[in-house]
Amino acid sequence: MIPFQIQRASSVEQAISSARGGARYLAGGTTLYDLMREEVEQPTRIVDINAVPLAQIRLDGDTLVIGALARMADVAAHPEVRQVFPLVAESLLEGASPQLRNMASMGGNLLQRVRCPYFRMHDAACNKRLPNSGCSALEGLNAGCAVLGTSEHCIATHPSDVAVAFVALDAVMTVQGPRGHRTFPVEELFRLPGSSPHLEHTLEPAELIVEIRVPTGPHTKRARYLKVRDRASYEFALVAAAVALHVEGNVIRDARIACGGVGTRPWRMREAEQILIGQRPSTELFARAGDASTTGARPRHGNAYKVPLLARTVKRSLEMAMEVPA
Amino acid sequence: MRQPGSPQPPDPPRHPVSPAVSDPQDDSRRTFLVAGSATVGASLLPIATLTADTGPRQEEAEPVSTEIRLTVNGRERQLAIDTRQSLLDVLRENLLLTGTKKGCNQGACGACTVHANGRRIVSCLAAAALYDGASITTIEGLSNGDELHPLQAAFIDHEGFQCGYCTAGQIMSGTACIQEGHAGSAREVKYWMSGNICRCGAYPGITAAIVEAAAQERQS
Repeated sequence: MIPFQIQRASSVEQAISSARGGARYLAGGTTLYDLMREEVEQPTRIVDINAVPLAQIRLDGDTLVIGALARMADVAAHPEVRQVFPLVAESLLEGASPQLRNMASMGGNLLQRVRCPYFRMHDAACNKRLPNSGCSALEGLNAGCAVLGTSEHCIATHPSDVAVAFVALDAVMTVQGPRGHRTFPVEELFRLPGSSPHLEHTLEPAELIVEIRVPTGPHTKRARYLKVRDRASYEFALVAAAVALHVEGNVIRDARIACGGVGTRPWRMREAEQILIGQRPSTELFARAGDASTTGARPRHGNAYKVPLLARTVKRSLEMAMEVPA
Repeated sequence: MRQPGSPQPPDPPRHPVSPAVSDPQDDSRRTFLVAGSATVGASLLPIATLTADTGPRQEEAEPVSTEIRLTVNGRERQLAIDTRQSLLDVLRENLLLTGTKKGCNQGACGACTVHANGRRIVSCLAAAALYDGASITTIEGLSNGDELHPLQAAFIDHEGFQCGYCTAGQIMSGTACIQEGHAGSAREVKYWMSGNICRCGAYPGITAAIVEAAAQERQS
């Protein structure tokens, strides 16, 4: 690990001022500190933001407000989150382990880096770790890689579970930086890899995530997160689906679908949503929505299984949402 | 790539480590183990250094030290540490509390589980500098003198281990699992203990021990 200076900040303003000139924010450390040990990340200045008062979890009218430093475990266990936003709680509990959920912050969860094995392998090519070095996953071990949003430069998936739920629920986030604060959909935090996969998010230098806001709607309670993986818990998704439905008079009035494990960022399935809206729920309809979710998928030799698995995961998650008591 | 579960050597001490504090609880066996591991450590050092040094470096920077205060098993400690040190390495190398084990050193196996301010965490991914002022409980702080914690006793009753390397982490995670109220059934325990891997496969005994200790606690 490269030696690094550490500064402690106790306010947003102090954090931003300390981060100018290239320092990195550190909260739980479950991603960044790990990657620093591997020397995949090599910051020489760290700002410890754990004393910044951004750990609140509260309802603001109809909107859930989650501070960027709230821990995954606390958000998942919060009574109002469990009751009003079951998709947020369920997706959090399907991620990581109890120990890691006690440590990891919500802002850090959104900014966690990819789990493609080549990202950590210094003797393998990886455009994310070393721009223009190539992508070992294209012809290598790519069973876990993405089939949507890929480029010839990177096919790694975004690993977060709760980000998938946030994208399905149209969550927005507020960030603050040297030039003030701005608010935008969580979906717009994530960049597609294109020809510059080392640029993963749209934050500007020294910008700090302040909070995430999730609006309620008639769809937020009939919602499920289905995660398919190699073992029953503590594993990253092969395919995951976050779905939320508003059903009234046996007609689907609104539908939200986003998927994880398949895209280079959390992937909203708008074509599948349009197939559902205005229709009566049925197995056949859900199968069509599942099939539509695979539009544009480009599998590689190791991950072709993800395309049919994606269709079936979306179909099954919609069936599970229908089983939620009204 | 390293596999979760394979024991790691300590990160090479390329930094000044504050002098070992002599602990009145130390027995001769621990002193022997420390002396023995120092010899092994010396012979392993070149390999460990090579492993840790792979990858491009911006420049060779000087180590940075910082002071932290920890309350470890009820005892206050003031420590000068390298900012790179994990809480795990501070516990094992600075405080010689070697009951907490280093398994994967990347948050995947749970062998290093301790409690920080009453919550279970993996100490290998905890940058020690972030824990200034924290209260830490390790496996050494669980028993009441010679009287084992009920979960320690239950692990013996149910043979919740074979080689024992993961056991300290399992028990620290298990006590937290019970405190959180996630130990009502074997099924629930399996889900909430998923962050602790046992390569020997002692899971049936581990699960039974936690379920029984939780039931005992509810009755008392």
